[in-house]
Amino acid sequence: MFEIRIHSRGGQGGVTAARLLAMAALHDGKYATACPFYGAERRGAPIVSFVRIDDKPIKVYSQIRQPDMVVVLDTSVMDVVDVLHGLKKGGRIFINSAGKREFAGFECRNVDLTGIALRENLVVSGSPILNTPVLGALASMGIITAESGKRAIREMFSDERNVKAAEAAYKEMSA
Amino acid sequence: MKKIATGNKTVAEAVKQAAPTVVAAYPITPQTEIVEQIAEFVTSGQMPSRYIAVESEHSAMAACIGASITGVRTFTATSSHGLLYMHEMTNWAAGARLPIVMANVNRSLGPGWNIWAEHTDALQERDTGWLQVYVSSVQEAYDATLMAFRIAEHNNVLLPVMVNLDGFLLSHIMQPVDTVELGDFIPAIHLPHAIDPRHPAGYGTLTGPDQQFRFRWDIERSMRDSVKVIEETEKEFARRFGRKYGFTEDYRCEDAEVIVVAMGTLGKEAEVAIDLLRNEGIKAGSMRLRWLRPFPKLNLKGKQVVIIDRDYSFGRGGILATEIMAQTKEEVYSVIAGLGGQEVTYDDIAGFVRTRRMGEEFWFGVNAHV
Amino acid sequence: MLKCTSACAGCSDSLALRYVLKAAGPDTVMVVPACCTSVIQGIYPNTAFNVPVYNIAFGAAAACASGMSNAFRAEGKKTNVIVYAGDGGTLDIGIQAMSGAFERGTDFLYICYDNEAYGNTGMQRSGGTPMGAKTTTTPAGKTDAKKDIDAIVAAHDPPYMATACAAYPQDIFKKVQKALTFRGPTFLHILAPCPPGWRYPTEKTVEMGKLAVKSGMWVLYEREYGKVTIGPQSKVAMKKPLPLEDYLSPQGRFKGIDPKIVEILKQRITRNFQRLAAEEEASA
Repeated sequence: MFEIRIHSRGGQGGVTAARLLAMAALHDGKYATACPFYGAERRGAPIVSFVRIDDKPIKVYSQIRQPDMVVVLDTSVMDVVDVLHGLKKGGRIFINSAGKREFAGFECRNVDLTGIALRENLVVSGSPILNTPVLGALASMGIITAESGKRAIREMFSDERNVKAAEAAYKEMSA
Repeated sequence: MKKIATGNKTVAEAVKQAAPTVVAAYPITPQTEIVEQIAEFVTSGQMPSRYIAVESEHSAMAACIGASITGVRTFTATSSHGLLYMHEMTNWAAGARLPIVMANVNRSLGPGWNIWAEHTDALQERDTGWLQVYVSSVQEAYDATLMAFRIAEHNNVLLPVMVNLDGFLLSHIMQPVDTVELGDFIPAIHLPHAIDPRHPAGYGTLTGPDQQFRFRWDIERSMRDSVKVIEETEKEFARRFGRKYGFTEDYRCEDAEVIVVAMGTLGKEAEVAIDLLRNEGIKAGSMRLRWLRPFPKLNLKGKQVVIIDRDYSFGRGGILATEIMAQTKEEVYSVIAGLGGQEVTYDDIAGFVRTRRMGEEFWFGVNAHV
Repeated sequence: MLKCTSACAGCSDSLALRYVLKAAGPDTVMVVPACCTSVIQGIYPNTAFNVPVYNIAFGAAAACASGMSNAFRAEGKKTNVIVYAGDGGTLDIGIQAMSGAFERGTDFLYICYDNEAYGNTGMQRSGGTPMGAKTTTTPAGKTDAKKDIDAIVAAHDPPYMATACAAYPQDIFKKVQKALTFRGPTFLHILAPCPPGWRYPTEKTVEMGKLAVKSGMWVLYEREYGKVTIGPQSKVAMKKPLPLEDYLSPQGRFKGIDPKIVEILKQRITRNFQRLAAEEEASA
């Protein structure tokens, strides 16, 4: 079983990202569950959401304590939350950031999802949309296939800019 | 069709397919998404139902009763304090022999304000005459809701059915769910005692000591008859849609020396604990209790039984433990865990089994784990 | 309504019921919460009603009727849904469900028959008990005023509401018929004198109702789309009311009433008349 913890701020679409990821995994022929952290969600507050992906039905409901991977959609969360908490040895990290970061003992990748969203004009109420382009980044890291990622996005959003942003993130990461 | 959805959304989807004539409901966390989704289905014309946005849960159940007695299909959803607020009416619904279907999202009771999973809310309803089923996945929430209508409305039952799903753990989690083409799986409702002005009758009129017990016995007789209806319905569901269910879901029980009994998501997570224990050479199995009413005959002979209660009856014990102890002479280790959403992992469950003390009660997080 | 009910001798509610059911006709379902009427129906397996009666718990009548009305309308049926509840089930325990059903525009007629106390449990005080009246829970007489349920219902702005009194059969008949022509929630508040509760001889039941109207303790009026029309009997009472003492003195429940309370009651009668007359004039 592959367990992912997504860090974001309330309103940035971390829960939707988890859902899209689970949908993409489902299209890959796998089992998946996605869940928000169980509690009152407050806009702007640091939040986490979780995704589990497995080849067989998932029976675990307790929270992910030792994720295989951590996704950070907003680096400002890192000032207040230890995003590496419990991350398995050699675990993978994806950070939405233009600058490369290193964390000893972990494999860390990054791409500027915010920049991509702005370039693609993927902005809603003044906020760049991160939860669709992040699927491109995760596809590039092999968590899901690019095809399933795009299918999941198209099932949820009719605006093709979402797919284009995901493709851009995929390309930049794979370059 | 396979998709990813929350437990709440999936229950609403099942209700949409069952197409009740009247839905009367009141919002409460963590159930609200069910009634919001149904309101949306009704407003957008996807569901040919009337949605009555009542002013309380007491009125929600009263409105379902009023609608149901005219002979139409009805549904409501609630949780926790909402369920307790309608307690008077849940008794009425069963006593009036009305096949109302309700989704209850299991949640703790205050004080303090706690919105997380616990089974005490539904268990306080166990003597009302409602059938109760507890589910452990989003798929099962969908399947059980569909089956609930068929079971409740079966003329050998005509009792209300409550589908229970764990607050947040199931209501808000997103899992794959395979929806079905319902076809005629749920036959048209026919309530033999429906109100008809052409044939005036009194309903629930003054009833003397020489009669009331007969009505009570009628409820119990139907409750007993419901066992067969549940079995038939689950069998027919499996035949049509390929997914099998039973009164319990047994996992590696055949040669087990110790069996973990639990309900809801804990009962499913227990299976992971069983695999861990088996790898250690401990002959363990798990039995997830699905139907609490009617209470099934459990095959626990010769086993040690570890019962996890996400509930409690103060001054007596874990409610599930108490129910099972009344049925079996086998030794029981009663674990109280998961109250108010307390985190319980498969490691914790494996620990309960490893360190079990038969005949004792253990409060997870309170007593020292020996 | 069939012959032979289990009502008390001299019960004015059973008279009112007769007029209501006659006016409503056969395509009618009554929803009755715990109250005297649930006793009048008779004991299982008998019923004194020639229409279906659905009995429901005390606080739930309006909500139950709300579900019933919606189900009938969804099925294209025009069946009248009539709640028939006492003052306890309306002014007290049932007020939340009633307010909700009115706010939601439920297509039903809600009738409150008001005997000014919890009758079938032996006359305990209710929100409908007038000031000064003795009940088993106000043995020295009630110190609080009668709750103005009509004003509360009026605040929901139903298309039609009216007051009536069991002593005026034709008035009830007309008002029920009229109420049932409206779509949406309608309300009828019927004063129902109660011989054992009010402590007067059984044969005086009609007279007691008439005294209530003539003294101004009870005012007959209608409110149709906000337009107030005071009934002719009450118009007469407004011009020349009978002395309040004529109404109070035959009733055991007012025996030994404090003259100060009688004064308060008189002031309330005057205020009530003035208020209604002003509303009638303003809405004319």
